[in-house]
Amino acid sequence: MKISEPFISAIRSLSANKLRSFLTMLGMIIGVFSVVTLIALVNGVENFIIDSFNALGSNLILVSPGNIDMGSDPALAYANNKLDEKHMDLIDKHASDYVDNMTPNIRMNKLVTRRSNSFYGSIYGASDQAIKIVDLGLEKGRFFTQAEVREKKKVAVIAPEIVKELFGELDPIGQEVKVDDMAFVVIGTTKSKGRMSDDRVIIPYTSVMEYFNVKNLSGITIKAKDNVDLDEARKQVKYAIRRDLKDDEFTVFTQKDILKSVSQILGVLSSALAAISGISLIVGGIGIMNIMLVSVTERTQEIGLKKALGATSNNIALQFSIEALLIGLLGGMLGLSLAFVVTFLARSFIRATIPLWGILLSFIFSLVVGLLFGTYPAITAAKKDPIVALGYE
Amino acid sequence: MNPVLETKNVTKKYKLGDEEIIALEDVSIKIDRGEFVAIVGKSGSGKSTLMHIMGLLDTPTSGEVLLNGTDVVDFSEKQLAQVRNKEIGFVFQSFNLLRRASALDNVILPLRYSSVPKSAWKQKALDMLNTVELGNRLSNKSNELSGGQRQRVAIARALVNDPSIVLADEPTGNLDTKTGSEIIQIFKNLHENGRTIVLVTHDEELAGVADRKIFIRDGKVQ
Repeated sequence: MKISEPFISAIRSLSANKLRSFLTMLGMIIGVFSVVTLIALVNGVENFIIDSFNALGSNLILVSPGNIDMGSDPALAYANNKLDEKHMDLIDKHASDYVDNMTPNIRMNKLVTRRSNSFYGSIYGASDQAIKIVDLGLEKGRFFTQAEVREKKKVAVIAPEIVKELFGELDPIGQEVKVDDMAFVVIGTTKSKGRMSDDRVIIPYTSVMEYFNVKNLSGITIKAKDNVDLDEARKQVKYAIRRDLKDDEFTVFTQKDILKSVSQILGVLSSALAAISGISLIVGGIGIMNIMLVSVTERTQEIGLKKALGATSNNIALQFSIEALLIGLLGGMLGLSLAFVVTFLARSFIRATIPLWGILLSFIFSLVVGLLFGTYPAITAAKKDPIVALGYE
Repeated sequence: MNPVLETKNVTKKYKLGDEEIIALEDVSIKIDRGEFVAIVGKSGSGKSTLMHIMGLLDTPTSGEVLLNGTDVVDFSEKQLAQVRNKEIGFVFQSFNLLRRASALDNVILPLRYSSVPKSAWKQKALDMLNTVELGNRLSNKSNELSGGQRQRVAIARALVNDPSIVLADEPTGNLDTKTGSEIIQIFKNLHENGRTIVLVTHDEELAGVADRKIFIRDGKVQ
């Protein structure tokens, strides 16, 4: 008996019953489709986050108060905030070879009002350098100058949400807004940069410290020089601040570190989702087993006949195993194709990609499921007594 | 020369619940090469059990079964399958064809489990279908054939591996009288061409076509 024979025989029997074969595969199709699509979509989310970070500006080093690490309480870090202006001087003095620009960040939420209109906005205290470091998306007017920062001027650049809530259709440039009853002159507006930053009121950090009684910085954002190694730059910044603060009183990290954490979280998420949708693969496998068992019973006479004509139990077991294997594999491939189609369609919203390991995984899974759940029906078929089977109607 | 098939003191017992049923008791028969033998017995006489044992589908509780002089009682399941494939051709009352397969594929089926090279399959099957005068129905599915045509396909299938013996179990049982006699005529022709044929039937009149009759009653040869 040729090796290809049971394959041909299995294909023949599958194609003789196209609808049933398809319905049997359906579980596998849905299973593989959902696993691969989920992997692709999570990949898309990861890509989206990476893209957003890249849009933020490259070569960024961030200094944050406290010990920021996975598992530590970020609120605690800000409660014991020891970061202030003198650390900027330290960086300027000891790491200037690595630093292109830097800006302190001070963030707080305050009620912003104009006449009877008010809106709870996020105040963002920064230096004049901020516009060179972070893509703030200036739309109208201008950003504040070094002189305005030095002189603690009451000027503000406001984001679209604030414009809309306080000014409506009016041109806000040159108008006044009040933050805690302190009047600031609007000198510029920014474009929409997403929900996180559209409610911002950007004010010179010196003014924030002066008028809102703030002593510490929420952080320092540094743009490293283009020709230096980012990790080396980070190290130098760390050494500079360490002259004043202890290691656990501040954290210096780069975008890469953040992305690594994000990837880690998404990796866990991705595996969890894949595992959950993997349950549907088991359901698919049970579906295969179910139909195969029906098929074995239905073809009892055929099995008896084949045995009478010289088929061994192994021949019979092989034929049914291969049928189950083909159903699994074919179903898996159909599911994978479907996942490719959906991923392609999703690309108009999100940069979803199917990784190679996802393709391999679906191959292996469909093979294993087909084999695993085809074994029992195949053994059942092989065990049939030819005399009983021949008489079966 | 050895007989093609010989049973020596074959006994077959079944357990049915607590009761022991003796289906065959001390059956010794010989089928010589080129013989046309009828095994005649009523329903429940044990003739089917005897046919199963002769066809190596079943093994006796005691006794010997010699095929071309070799005792096959202790053969493994795999060996028995191979011997069945090569040496025995079955024709059943209800034809037992693969419904969705063509006449040609049905005849090829035993060759799939044989050592015959694939390249020779089609020609062998064609020759056999021509022998039973079905050369013009090769690609018809078995459910597109009449009863008589189906039984001819089954006969062609039984012959395709050139077996030592053809076992026909009530081959006319599902056919009308006219078609039945046509099928019997085919067996007669095969016999004239030197085939060894065993016809199992309850019909004494039908058994008259054979050279020799073996009567079975209550599991014993009369």
